[in-house]
Amino acid sequence: MTLAMTRGTLLRSGELPSLQYTATRDRFDPTWEAPLSTLLGLGRAAGADFIEIFLERKNYISCLAEDDAITSVSPSLVTGAGVRVFVGKADCYVSTNDLSFTGLRAALEKGLSIMGLLLPAPNSHISGINLEILRDYATAREKESWLTNASSMQEMGDILLSANADLAKKATHIQARRAAYFRDWQEVMVAASDGTFARDIRLTQSVGYSLLCADGEHRSSINQRVGDTSDPNFLRSWRYQDTADEVAEAAGKMLYADYVESGSYPIIMANHFGGVIFHEACGHLLETTQIERETTPFIDKKGEKIAHENLTAWDEGLTPDEFGTLDMDDEGMPTQRTLLIENGVLKNFLADRAGSMRTGHPRTGSGRRQGYTYAAASRMRNTYIAPNDYSLDDLFASVDNGIYCKKMGGGSVGPTGQFNFAVSEAYQIENGKITKPLKGATLIGEAIEIMPKISMSSNDLSLAPGFCGSVSGSIYVTVGQPHIKVDSITVGGR
Amino acid sequence: MANIQDIAAYAENSAKKLGIAKYDIYGSSVDDTSVQVDKGEPKQVKASNRASVIVRVWNDDNLIGVTSTTDVDSIGIELALKTAYEASAFGAKEHVPDFSPEATKPTAEVSTTLATQAPVADLLKTLIATEKELLESHSAIASVPYNGLAQSGIDRFYLNSSGALRSEERTYASIYLYGKTEQEGRKPRAAGAIRIHQGLDALDVQGCLKETMEKTISHLNYEKIKTGKYRVVFSAEAFLGLLGAFSNLYNAQSILDKLSLSTPDSLGTQIASPLLSVYDDALHPENVSAETFDGEGTPTRRIPLITEGVLTNFLHSAGTAKRLNAQPTGHASIGAKVSVSPHFYHVVPGQAAEQAYSLDDAENVILIDDLQALHAGVSALQGSFSLPFDGWLVNKGKRVSIESATVAGDFRDVLKSIIFVESEPEITPGGVCPRIWVDDLSITGE
Repeated sequence: MTLAMTRGTLLRSGELPSLQYTATRDRFDPTWEAPLSTLLGLGRAAGADFIEIFLERKNYISCLAEDDAITSVSPSLVTGAGVRVFVGKADCYVSTNDLSFTGLRAALEKGLSIMGLLLPAPNSHISGINLEILRDYATAREKESWLTNASSMQEMGDILLSANADLAKKATHIQARRAAYFRDWQEVMVAASDGTFARDIRLTQSVGYSLLCADGEHRSSINQRVGDTSDPNFLRSWRYQDTADEVAEAAGKMLYADYVESGSYPIIMANHFGGVIFHEACGHLLETTQIERETTPFIDKKGEKIAHENLTAWDEGLTPDEFGTLDMDDEGMPTQRTLLIENGVLKNFLADRAGSMRTGHPRTGSGRRQGYTYAAASRMRNTYIAPNDYSLDDLFASVDNGIYCKKMGGGSVGPTGQFNFAVSEAYQIENGKITKPLKGATLIGEAIEIMPKISMSSNDLSLAPGFCGSVSGSIYVTVGQPHIKVDSITVGGR
Repeated sequence: MANIQDIAAYAENSAKKLGIAKYDIYGSSVDDTSVQVDKGEPKQVKASNRASVIVRVWNDDNLIGVTSTTDVDSIGIELALKTAYEASAFGAKEHVPDFSPEATKPTAEVSTTLATQAPVADLLKTLIATEKELLESHSAIASVPYNGLAQSGIDRFYLNSSGALRSEERTYASIYLYGKTEQEGRKPRAAGAIRIHQGLDALDVQGCLKETMEKTISHLNYEKIKTGKYRVVFSAEAFLGLLGAFSNLYNAQSILDKLSLSTPDSLGTQIASPLLSVYDDALHPENVSAETFDGEGTPTRRIPLITEGVLTNFLHSAGTAKRLNAQPTGHASIGAKVSVSPHFYHVVPGQAAEQAYSLDDAENVILIDDLQALHAGVSALQGSFSLPFDGWLVNKGKRVSIESATVAGDFRDVLKSIIFVESEPEITPGGVCPRIWVDDLSITGE
């Protein structure tokens, strides 16, 4: 851990304009304590109940290979800060690109004025906030070298071209093939008037394929990617040959698939990205954001049975290298493992600071945001249904006429709890056996009705990276589950 | 924050220092404020003052590199130029973009009003009063879980090392309301509306309130619907949603990338019923966010896309226009790979219909008000969609809300199965469009 510098002393606000803090421009380090402590003290002295300052630097790059050429290398450099001011349970969030002391003070002043508060009068005595010794996860976990050790532009291009060439050998009827990679390096610092002072570095990477095949009027498109949050060697160690095998096989099978006939069916959902059903159908409804809006049917169900007794589910930020893994959330709270549902009984909600204050549920290290332009909100991390004792054969044997949803597309949940998501690779199940491929299926339902129908889970839990868009922007998450059986669900089709 | 002249000067100085002879920059700065309320109390206020630019650099081998940054001071611009130069070593070797030949041509004169930003207290007062009125309008409307009133001012600019320099300023205000019902023994129902204008003073807050109230109440008495084939009427919002989801049909970049349902030879083919004509018109008077130039500095204009069912034009960047021997249309966004996207649709009747239809006397038709989950339920490269929707079963003018259903089909079939395009246009944030009648679409209900 890095030690904080000397604590702030009493200041006279009339002297503030002449203060020239020189916190580093290119690194968030302990020198930030003095200006942040002063700003937080100013905010509290103005009458705010709570102040939080979030600093962010981002170094992002994406690379795209189309057929046999690199067609895009896009770096992006972002610097910004957000100042959040609470008065009672109401809050105001002001963001800026200007990380100078003057710029941050202007953002604070704007936030205060929106809340009806003014910076203290000249010559008032203002106390800086005593911040904890910097909790520096970046230094403690040796993340400082992550950016320099990640793949170079040259290496990105070489690997994507090799990967695309491999896909060309394996797939048939190719119309377009793409391999895409991104690396998102983010340094964050959080300081708050309760003394929170923490820093972290995150390195999120993802790589994958997008394949479009066509034969006359028949078309299939398959997307598949893998992701990681802490390994600079991630791209170098990508086994693209395996991914190419899977993508080529799926595209080939789906090319001549029939459209699914709409109706109500028992379904078996594959493990891995199949977990998006739980993410959409239930996970979002367990965020305190939804309680605040009264848009979750589970609002008063803590301790009650909301799902089949065979279902247990977790949300956590601890599993190494998973897409939703964090050392701390975007409010500076260490991440944790949160039991959501145990044997069908609702155990916990996911809460950020504001959500906890407004709903009474304890914070769970789930305050997350896309970046400095968003206030943190309660969001999921690695969310999955726990494995159970059934075998895959048990699940299939229980279905006479149903659908096997092998690969899921995206989905969403509405304000009344109704969810929907697309199935990108599906097969008919007849008498317990997988038969013909099907396309065009959409699964529709309501969480409160579907959860009790998840009656069987197998023992093959697998996790998959995903992107989740919601009130605090797009964040990296993991979805997951073992194979599960849903006794009956509406399938939209032709 | 730096202004456009500052940024131009930083870029010129840094480029000279770094030995970069050719570059261009597109950027914007945004100053916005938004409020949300919850049962008469302010919930969250957000304010932001931010800027970002994207820099393109051509190296000595005429390869292009790009970097975007939010640091728009001299150090940030220099770093962006440097990084873009580094990236140019890996730039595409074929079809390298160039400056738009129209980057210095005059842009259209657009009549705009720049509104003064209202105090936050006024925003809150307006939204709290609106929420209260909505909650009091019907006993079943229990909450307005999603609501917001926002205002923003945007400055955008384009400049290049050959002397192009253009900028424009806009202001917007918008409101959205989403009411939710609670009734004993009934499922919660929800519906919403949105309005946008150049400033808060002229924003149609009452119109948004009335539409939200009427729609929400109209869904109180709902019924299941039988699965089957139906005659479907798309609202403007719903049809424009589908049109946008399948915009690869007329997107030249998608076509060149072979990620489209069209090919370069599709121009001149009949892709829709002759009853339909579609334009993209950034300069349409109803387009509150009218932009007079695109990310390459090309002036925007009105482009006929589908004329009486015939595909007549693609949307172009400077690069796609050059490759397809056409003119740029003002639809580019710059990047390492230039992308193309529509601005504002204007859908009108094409040929006169042999028969006119009306919801007042039609039987057993489905009026789709809003399509959901377009990001998930559309296979844009296959042409197919399967989407949940909000809507009503309509019999001789009587509407009954549909509890839960999806509509599915192939968008190319939808275009060809249009049997009527109403004459009265509806104005939406994404375009102007009348209701569109389509035969034989698959509806999944119970």
